[in-house]
Amino acid sequence: MSAVDVRQTAQQRESATTIYEKSKAGRRAFVPPPVDVPERPLDELLPARFRRTVEAKLPEISEPEINRHYNRLSKRNFDLDTGFYPLGSCTMKHNPKLHERVAALPGHARLHPAQDPKRAQGALELMWNLERALSEIAGLPHVSLQPSAGSHGELAGVLLTRAYHEARGEQRTKVLAPDTSHGTNPATVTMAGYELVKLASNADGGIDLDDLRAKADDDVACLMLTNPNTLGLFDPNIEEIARIVHGVGATLYYDGANLNAVMGISRPGDMGFDIVHFNLHKSFTQPHGGGGPGSGPIAVSNRIEPFLPRPVIVRGEDGTFDFDHDRPKSIGRLRGWQGNFGCFVRSYAYIRSLGAEGLREASEIAVLNANYLLARLREAGVAEYLPVAYDRLCMHEFVLSGAPMKRELGIKTLDLAKRLLDFGYHPPTVYFPLLVDEALLVEPTETETKETLDAFADAIADILREAKEDPEVARHAPYTTPVRRLDEARAAKQPVIRQPL
Amino acid sequence: MADASYPDGLLYHPEHDWARVEGDVATFGITWYAQDSLGEVVFFEPPEVGTQTKQGEPYAEVESVKAVSDVIAPLSGEVVEVNGGLGDAPETINDDPYGEGWMVKVRLADPSETEALQDAASYQQTLS
Repeated sequence: MSAVDVRQTAQQRESATTIYEKSKAGRRAFVPPPVDVPERPLDELLPARFRRTVEAKLPEISEPEINRHYNRLSKRNFDLDTGFYPLGSCTMKHNPKLHERVAALPGHARLHPAQDPKRAQGALELMWNLERALSEIAGLPHVSLQPSAGSHGELAGVLLTRAYHEARGEQRTKVLAPDTSHGTNPATVTMAGYELVKLASNADGGIDLDDLRAKADDDVACLMLTNPNTLGLFDPNIEEIARIVHGVGATLYYDGANLNAVMGISRPGDMGFDIVHFNLHKSFTQPHGGGGPGSGPIAVSNRIEPFLPRPVIVRGEDGTFDFDHDRPKSIGRLRGWQGNFGCFVRSYAYIRSLGAEGLREASEIAVLNANYLLARLREAGVAEYLPVAYDRLCMHEFVLSGAPMKRELGIKTLDLAKRLLDFGYHPPTVYFPLLVDEALLVEPTETETKETLDAFADAIADILREAKEDPEVARHAPYTTPVRRLDEARAAKQPVIRQPL
Repeated sequence: MADASYPDGLLYHPEHDWARVEGDVATFGITWYAQDSLGEVVFFEPPEVGTQTKQGEPYAEVESVKAVSDVIAPLSGEVVEVNGGLGDAPETINDDPYGEGWMVKVRLADPSETEALQDAASYQQTLS
């Protein structure tokens, strides 16, 4: 370790212990008062066969220690309420507190999923209205709210594609996806039993049309596409792409991860897409990044509709809502119950708060903020070491290449990312998309101020200046976080995934 | 990790693979540039002995802390030996990419395919 090593912070000195390690036999947080009603025999209350025979292994802790334990843990986290989080292709936008308030209303928060639809009319109406709003945004007539993550929506979409082809008596074997696609696309293709065929990108960062024409044949079931793509670029050839794909009888699938750039401006349905998934937790605000709960609804065209997951929500002539389970061509259920209802409430609140004009403005400002930040980075002299990978007007995100920085200054994109943590920022996405060397994928979102964007650009310029003088500083970063640099290779090779009690 | 090196005497494929041809058998591996771009390798999935490789097509997978990548065959032929040592110590690919980090040995199907490969000097030119 070099001279740049600093003293440990209080958080680093404190070794993280689980609540079980803090447990002391007999210690209690709450002691109930003595029983002042006649006691009844236990067997009358709960038959012996339903009772456990050994004590539950619960931690025994005092109430203040419980408070401190979880408060300490929460302070070791980095979240959007703490600071700027420009994680590309993840749309870490602010989650309005109003949404938490409406989601916590007892009629929402305490609704039981097994409630008879007759007594959950309000919830069904909210879901039905959300479906109509998403249908309008996608430009496609039918919606299912059931998938509960973007990847889950993708799987639904590819299963729908399979059902569509099989209903026509066709067995297709391949799915196309560009080399810029999210890692979940090839994973979904494989999971759905198809063979993945990668498409090359052209010099502008869009799909290479010649490569597409060469690979689009009668064996192709679907093309999965994100537009704008993970380079933050809108593919202007989308109508020609749709013609080629539909020309061979395949479906066109829209990965909605980057919808935040085009809400209310252009609609996937109008571009010729058959199936779209939304990430409600990205584009339509939800706290996310910790693995859930998420929501990945899908919107589909008329020809795909018969195969939608069941049940579907229907509105009767008298205006009441119900579930329709009688869907013989359906691909079936994708999960228990109807989805993460709290996510529906928050996203519906967001769509209703902003309205059509507001959604459009959100996308416009997301694009403006990304282009402003890119220009600001150039002005700060960053482009020499971190040039933009495809020099076009970007959409809501952009990709820089750290290759010159690695060559000239001796620090990698990973080192820059780790050093940003010391400046109080969550690093952007690194090493993705794969076709850009030493990639840094930055998505500022519309909810950040000019001052925040300026300060972030200055921080990157500062880190580059510092690396010019002493690259060791960034190479050993971070210094101020609860834990220092993690050993990612050992974590992959020797994962410790359980804590013995 | 050692400094960049591209030994003479090896043949290089543009997808950052090398081949050492000895008679009708060639040893395959990935170049210094490839292992440096991947970052620390955590898993190597070899093909089975007897598998056919085809020039320019994937024959194995390598997983690093960044991504899972296909390894491209520089030449066509039949796999006759696999480097079993990489199972327990995949990081050898980083530490010694041209030596202990070799991946497979292949009995060549068409020795004339070597004409499509580059020598160390011309491969290095493509990297700058």
